[in-house]
Amino acid sequence: MKKVYVNEDWCLACHLCEYYCAAANSGAENMIKAFANGNKPIPRIRVEEGSGINFAVQCRHCDVPLCVKSCITGALSVKDGVISCDESRCVGCYTCVLACPYGCIVTSESSKVISKCDLCMKNNNGDPACVKGCPNKAIVLEER
Amino acid sequence: MALNYFQPLFDVIRDKDRCIKCQACARQCANEVHRYDGDLDKMISNSQQCVDCQRCVCICPTSALKIVDNPNKFRNNSNWSQQTMTEVYKQAETGGVLLSAMGNPKEYPVYWDKILLNASQVTNPPIDPLREPMETKVFLGKKPKDVTFNEDGSVNTETTPTLELSTPIMFSAMSYGSISRNAHESLARAATELGIFYNTGEGGLHKDFYQYGANTIVQVASGRFGVFKDYLETGAAIEIKMGQGAKPGIGGHLPGAKILEDVSRTRMIPMGTDAISPAPHHDIYSIEDLRQLVLSLKEATEYKKPVIVKIAAVHNVAAIASGIARSGADIIAIDGYRGGTGAAPTRIRDNVGIPIELALASVDQRLRDEGIRNEVSVVVAGSIRSSSDVVKAIALGADACYIGTAALLALGCHLCRSCQTGKCNWGIATQRPDLVKRLNPNIGYERLVNLVHAWDHEIKEMMGGMGINSVEALRGNRLMLRGIGLNEKELEILGIQHAGQ
Repeated sequence: MKKVYVNEDWCLACHLCEYYCAAANSGAENMIKAFANGNKPIPRIRVEEGSGINFAVQCRHCDVPLCVKSCITGALSVKDGVISCDESRCVGCYTCVLACPYGCIVTSESSKVISKCDLCMKNNNGDPACVKGCPNKAIVLEER
Repeated sequence: MALNYFQPLFDVIRDKDRCIKCQACARQCANEVHRYDGDLDKMISNSQQCVDCQRCVCICPTSALKIVDNPNKFRNNSNWSQQTMTEVYKQAETGGVLLSAMGNPKEYPVYWDKILLNASQVTNPPIDPLREPMETKVFLGKKPKDVTFNEDGSVNTETTPTLELSTPIMFSAMSYGSISRNAHESLARAATELGIFYNTGEGGLHKDFYQYGANTIVQVASGRFGVFKDYLETGAAIEIKMGQGAKPGIGGHLPGAKILEDVSRTRMIPMGTDAISPAPHHDIYSIEDLRQLVLSLKEATEYKKPVIVKIAAVHNVAAIASGIARSGADIIAIDGYRGGTGAAPTRIRDNVGIPIELALASVDQRLRDEGIRNEVSVVVAGSIRSSSDVVKAIALGADACYIGTAALLALGCHLCRSCQTGKCNWGIATQRPDLVKRLNPNIGYERLVNLVHAWDHEIKEMMGGMGINSVEALRGNRLMLRGIGLNEKELEILGIQHAGQ
């Protein structure tokens, strides 16, 4: 299955992936509207940086997903290898947040439910916004 | 200094309705123009430091930025332009020689733009390159005057080594040091994939790039940086650099700040020391001396590689080229006054040398008049901007062209002409690791390959239009050229007729 990978050699820590991700998942028509009026939609990818090494991290879509195992309501599920969250069933217990070894389940102040990367399956038919927006092709969607 | 005599050259305009304060501009500007102010929750720009490299404009996800010329002007004066005045202020402040980078930007005539190409109509049909074979392959080096055969039909003529190019384009000399490792890797990989050559410049060849040796021209310049046996043997050809179009008559100076570990090892000089190339080769004061170096290099490489001699286009270029053709060199490279550089004194760059078009025409004519045109191939450089420049150069007599600036543009360069600062935001003319990584060679080499493929297609289209199906048949075919808006003398030097004739 194709997954999103980051090559830290080319990651510039420009953080644009975060903005492309947040805008794509905000439901807004474009980036300007997504961030209009002080809105700050939450990205599901985060850039870790420091000591000259940078890389973006998002859900690894683990083969043995601890988040899915820990979910108390069945909101998290695996379909064709992609782990996604049914937000209508999430109760905001954050057990998955504790369970995820990569820290890839994100929460926001405005909403109780969690959000996580679903490889843009819902908003862009599996064409991840972070991959498309990366200016240095550091983020790739490929089979490994 | 408390009082600034000159104003910023550019104005950074931010559309506040579009800006989402993502700070990508701030993170990407090595000149520290942009910054986010948390107290004001605002992006702030300091135009004073902007060099107009356009990196922020390109990276901004909402197209919120524009860099425009600073509308603030000194009082109009046709004699004392704002730039001239600013330069005086700068020198009064620093006491230093003005430095610039890339090619001469002044408004001198561009002869390529005053030459028009022919096309076939009725009597000699044009050729469609998509339907009929079209040859852009060229060989650089000495060509035998005649061919003799043995009794069994095998060729008896002694031939000398040549370079085979799939298309008459090569990447100009740009040293590792003046450009980044990733820029070098992009050029090397692209040259290999394209079946053409790139040139190490005078900075030696990084060990990691020996694998591209078959498509590498190794340069021996006055500083002799990084020159040793393996280096000479790895390259497909050896270029002796006598001069550079951007700065004829002077040497080079790579500041110590750019001599980090890898560059130091490649150049074989201590880390942090300035790499100074002398203006002359201290062992070359005549054509005979040049001949000695040409033959020494050939001896060192067992006469297996062609030797190129590169000179800047200067006033008596034809006579110099004639001497070089007799020195044993196989190829002459001529670099016009618009050629680029990583750093040159502004006055030299803007005022020394002659246009490549005129230099090429006079060299080709001189070599033909003396009956030695076959002794050398002629490669021209110094602002070959498009495939039509290539076609015109070949019709004027060139065997191939070097492209440097165009290649860097393919890698992202926006000609901000600030290479000498070492803060290239595009990861090209810098050694700062965080900036170098901005040029991903996987993207860079692909863009170079695309560029040369595109030019190759266009060259074929233009040749086809003229009813010519090979570069060999176009070379020196000045009947295919007509001048427009040129005076008698210019037409005479170019050896072409005026449009309408």
